[in-house]
Amino acid sequence: MIPTKLHYDKPVPIADFDSAPFWEGCRQHRLLLQCCTACDHPRFPPSGMCPRCRSMQSKWVAASGRGRLYSWIVVRHPIPREIYAGEVPYVVALVDLEEGVRIATNITCVPEDLTGDMPVEVVFDDVTPELTLPRFRPLR
Amino acid sequence: MWNLRNKYAVAGIGCTNFSNNSGTTVLNLALEACRNALTDAGIDVKAVDGVVSYHFNDSVPSIAVATGLGLPQPRYAVEFLAGGNAANLILQTAAASIEAGMATNVLCFRALNGRSGFRLGGGRELNSRGITQYTAPFGWITYPQAMAMWCRRHMVKYGTTSEQLGRVAVEFRKNATRNERAMMRKPITLADHQASRMIVDPFHLLDICLESDGACAALVTSAERARDLRQKPIYILGAAYGGGPNQGDDLFDAIRWPDHTQNFTKYIANELWSSAGVGPADIDVAEIYDCFTYTVIMGLEGLGFCPPGEGGRFVEDGGIAFEGKLPVNTHGGLLSEAYIHGFNHVLEAVEQLRGTAGPRQVADAETALTTAGAMTCGSALVLRN
Repeated sequence: MIPTKLHYDKPVPIADFDSAPFWEGCRQHRLLLQCCTACDHPRFPPSGMCPRCRSMQSKWVAASGRGRLYSWIVVRHPIPREIYAGEVPYVVALVDLEEGVRIATNITCVPEDLTGDMPVEVVFDDVTPELTLPRFRPLR
Repeated sequence: MWNLRNKYAVAGIGCTNFSNNSGTTVLNLALEACRNALTDAGIDVKAVDGVVSYHFNDSVPSIAVATGLGLPQPRYAVEFLAGGNAANLILQTAAASIEAGMATNVLCFRALNGRSGFRLGGGRELNSRGITQYTAPFGWITYPQAMAMWCRRHMVKYGTTSEQLGRVAVEFRKNATRNERAMMRKPITLADHQASRMIVDPFHLLDICLESDGACAALVTSAERARDLRQKPIYILGAAYGGGPNQGDDLFDAIRWPDHTQNFTKYIANELWSSAGVGPADIDVAEIYDCFTYTVIMGLEGLGFCPPGEGGRFVEDGGIAFEGKLPVNTHGGLLSEAYIHGFNHVLEAVEQLRGTAGPRQVADAETALTTAGAMTCGSALVLRN
């Protein structure tokens, strides 16, 4: 079978020192959250210092993958057009994870089904062999 | 807290035409607006030794403007890597620099070819490094998409409606019909707003500000010197800049922001009103940063013109209309006059307080508010005549 697109043309996250474990976790279909080793405070996005206790030691723990829909948008006008024209409408959301951090993501359902604070769960989307995006769907 | 109440003033203002295509360079726009502000003030160019601006997206360096104007010895010539959040901040730092002896007379400007040149709405870096790696891969890229996310939460929490947002657009357009500088002067109805293309739900096209080419400038000097110049001084009564915790890693990022129904205005309100010695009830006219209709709702609530969650109703009840309780964006705002990154709000407030706003003049306006910024950080001024 010939792929319809020869390469993935959407923005690809450039993993860095702080974020590499997060993206690698996604690749393994695990939603990992960075937690402070000293005070156990979870944080997202990943960063070098705990904003609660200023420790620079951290560990990675598996999140439950469940959360609530804090807010969402439905993109109907594609920007850039050449990349997203075939994708609209799509839903971008902020999800409050059970662990107490908020993450930006997509919700994989029709916009009409969305309501504020509805429970959602992670679903991993292998968009390329190297990249897996954590999207969410309504909790069944 | 800002402790320079009435010690500094705006002594001159100037601008260029606002258009879709200036046909000239950003530097020429900046120079024209600055020269017009100096002429308006009636000040000798040689007395100007400060130039301040902010330059998120298109701009020119302050030293280039100082050079182009032929200033003999510029000292405080600086710019902030900031967006609309700095549109009022630069007047504050202009006054602070004079207070500190770093300058004497300071030009503040904003210039951009925001439509024909670098278009801010065109999308951010798609190679998603840094904080962008957590947003762009999900197709979350433009500023309308960023702000729509804030707006939805207000709708979820308070039941704010698209029609209420539409009233913001309709009222500002009505104001723009009285403003010959405004780029959009054809009246619109609520039905027009509702029928306009859905760009990023909940935002229709008419919830989103213009993209413009143009420049605005203002001269800040001490109250004493301002009194010797040509125009009636417009005093800086109160001022504040800041925001809450977790302002983010850049102007787009608000992932860690505690509550998307409230922007920076909630956090600077106390300092602003205390520094000015007046409150919301004393404001005769307000120029509130309106890159999107929704930011006006947050500004009204954050600064105490109505309780949290009541902004939609305040607008719906005619509260921001020209004839209403609080005339807002009498020039048409970023939504209908032009997008000069919020600096055009400062010029409008000065004109209102001078009493020279012509057909859009608010009767007996003595005290004006301006705000600058939409999201996690921003600035505001209380001006008086």
